[in-house]
Amino acid sequence: MIIQGLAFYLFAIIAVASAVMVITARNPVHSVLWLILTFFNASGLFLLLGAEFLAMILIVVYVGAVAVLFLFVVMMLDLNTVTLREGMTEYLPIGLTVGLVLFAELAVLFGGWVFSGTVEVSRASPTPALSEMTNTEALGALVYTDYVYLFQASGLVLLVAMIGTILLTHRVRPGVRKQKIADQLARGRTVELKKVQNRGGI
Amino acid sequence: MEDLLREYLPILIFLGIAIAISGIAILASYIVAPQHPDSEKDSAYECGFEAFDDARARFDVRYYLVAILFIIFDLEVAFLFPWAVSLADIGAFGFWSMMAFLGILTIGFVYEWKKGALEWE
Repeated sequence: MIIQGLAFYLFAIIAVASAVMVITARNPVHSVLWLILTFFNASGLFLLLGAEFLAMILIVVYVGAVAVLFLFVVMMLDLNTVTLREGMTEYLPIGLTVGLVLFAELAVLFGGWVFSGTVEVSRASPTPALSEMTNTEALGALVYTDYVYLFQASGLVLLVAMIGTILLTHRVRPGVRKQKIADQLARGRTVELKKVQNRGGI
Repeated sequence: MEDLLREYLPILIFLGIAIAISGIAILASYIVAPQHPDSEKDSAYECGFEAFDDARARFDVRYYLVAILFIIFDLEVAFLFPWAVSLADIGAFGFWSMMAFLGILTIGFVYEWKKGALEWE
């Protein structure tokens, strides 16, 4: 029990500290690396809550894929750390506005969570004990049947993301010569041996 | 809950040992090795010349395409895990719901194959 508490404070403190480092690091690549550390610690917190599946998915999807995507984006943007520092005062009002709106939304959300009457019901909704059902099973029992529309909608979102990325970033480069094995095999016998007459030429 | 966390205790111990050893390695090099800091030691050196340009080269946008296609199929596989575990409970409806999901993503897959997005050139 005490190890659990210690592990919670370890993960929580490192998560908050590395989240602060994400926004204060001067080098954007370092920010992404701190973000990966934050993801790892969030995954540890999920594990302490008993959400085993979410913890593993956080590592596989966020650390394995999203962080790599962020790194590519940072490498693509041609960020110069010197010019990045300029215009801080210019962007400060916009940044503050976005932060305030986000804070207000979170306040409304948590306010609703505290004061709403339906909350008692959803809080009391039966969460199966880990001894009788792993949470991978519990998720599987709900996602594909009870929440089928949301599940299919997530499939459509992935499809839109896929087609959108291909439309935006894929372009056929002209003048690229590639080996096409099918064409080569379909050529037939165009190469043959010829008996050349002495002093005659072809 | 306790049993679940007990299974992860070796990983926590492993994590602790890893942090301790890497910390010792860094600290020991500070304590044991002679320290003579010099600004010349940190300066860029390129075969006797000053560095020609920034080491930070821009990546081609094609890497981004590969990364995002990887994420999409990664998520698809993530959805397959709970489905595979609980397939016995959710019956035919759950089965066909997943088939529809896979079908939608297969449309995207055929599109990207035909577009040549998987070709590197």
